[in-house]
Amino acid sequence: MIEFSNVTKSYSVGNKALNGVSMQIEDGEFAFLVGPSGSGKSTIIKLITGELHPTSGTVHVNGYSLERIRKRELPYMRRTVGVVFQDFRLIDNKTVYENAAFVMRAIGTREKEIKERVPYVLELVGLGNKTKRLPGELSGGEQQRLAIARALVNNPSTIIADEPTGNLDPAMSLEIMSLLIEINNLGTTLLVVTHEHDLVERFHKRVIVINEGLVTSDGMDGYYHYEAE
Amino acid sequence: MRLNNFWYLIKEGIRGIFLHGFMSFAAVLVTVACLLIVGSFACLVYNVTILVDDLNQTNEILVYVDESLSEAEAKSVGTAINAISNVYNSEYIDRETALAEFIADQGGDEAFSGISASDLRYRFRVVLEDNALMRETVEQIEAIDGVVNIRAAYELAEGFTTIKNVLNIVSVTVITVLLIVSLLIISNTVKLAMYDRRDEIAIMRMVGATNGFIRFPYVIEGFTLGMVGAALAFGLEWLLYNAMLAELDKVDTLNLITFVPFTDLLVPMIITFVAAGLVVGVVGGWTSIRRFMDV
Repeated sequence: MIEFSNVTKSYSVGNKALNGVSMQIEDGEFAFLVGPSGSGKSTIIKLITGELHPTSGTVHVNGYSLERIRKRELPYMRRTVGVVFQDFRLIDNKTVYENAAFVMRAIGTREKEIKERVPYVLELVGLGNKTKRLPGELSGGEQQRLAIARALVNNPSTIIADEPTGNLDPAMSLEIMSLLIEINNLGTTLLVVTHEHDLVERFHKRVIVINEGLVTSDGMDGYYHYEAE
Repeated sequence: MRLNNFWYLIKEGIRGIFLHGFMSFAAVLVTVACLLIVGSFACLVYNVTILVDDLNQTNEILVYVDESLSEAEAKSVGTAINAISNVYNSEYIDRETALAEFIADQGGDEAFSGISASDLRYRFRVVLEDNALMRETVEQIEAIDGVVNIRAAYELAEGFTTIKNVLNIVSVTVITVLLIVSLLIISNTVKLAMYDRRDEIAIMRMVGATNGFIRFPYVIEGFTLGMVGAALAFGLEWLLYNAMLAELDKVDTLNLITFVPFTDLLVPMIITFVAAGLVVGVVGGWTSIRRFMDV
């Protein structure tokens, strides 16, 4: 579960990126987070992943209180959250298999389990036949699938996808979104940050709108009110 | 850390060396160059110190015994001299030997042919452990019954002591400065290699890798590079040192300068090079990724 209670975040005096954000995303829920550039979306992601600490208010992610989390606890919190980035952030010199496997090694998983889990997840995202390729040999859509596989492989309870379709064509975007919904149907909490309104409207899910550091709309079944529109 | 993770991380460390071949090559090259400079200077200082010590050992003091004592009584003074802690050894010189040495010192001049051995005193030629303590030791010898006079070249002894002290200060300063400069250069080279991989480190942080998991391969990489650099520098130092000895043999026909063979320096050189390679590699690898760990 992700819970923000009256969270503010200031980068410098008088410059508030978040201005009292409160929201709650339940376990197993799927939510879109939308908003214009500079609205505070990236700050919310960084607060969830522990890259930033709130200036005031509380942030709870999967049982961890991030406003007072210790440095050495951060890796363990991060293992409960898979992150998918717009620019994929894959390791170029590792194969598809290794990009997914090293995430499991990072948490001390046995090789036997890695050999069972990685092919399963790569198969799930449609890369079962490309395990020995390097990221540079994959298409944009395939790279994003690999990024999703990497986020998924440790079986996190939550996946945050930051503009996961930002670098993809519309057909590929649809495919990736369908994959994310499929993953959500398996029980994983999904928070997808996007600015692509047609995608948001297509899938009738919860939509949280953020603008100037405040939640301005929070509606179910694809409903949202967006001032900038 | 699980065993399979341990081997994986070691494999990753070794793999990193080849993946970033140019940076690895640069790091090894810089390590070799720096260790060669430090090693060569240390060898030079070691040999000069030995030369100064050898020259200092030739600075003996002469202890004259009361002429009224019998030869047996005179010899017993030697036991008291040897009992002084700073005395390395003492050699008893009877009157006949003393006379022969005296005439030889005068170039066999016939003007001294009238002197008989009984005109001279029994004496001891004394070599000290540490000539820096010559004055104190002479005072102790003077206090022995039967000693009437002592001839000691204090200025020469103090001159050698000064040379040795200056040499020690200069060598410690220069070696320390060279080591610091080497560490900075090598650490900078390793940092550049790490900068190349900052994205990789950031990704590892984001997926929940612990600091140890991230650092271990870099430490292994630094350790391996440091050891390779140390081994190469050691081999080159050995070759250069022997080549220098061969050249010295050709030039120094009078054998005025004696350098110890490299085999005498093997153990300290191996220890120094391995320790330096280890420190440079492991500390360089460990510290250089610190700045990329705050994600």
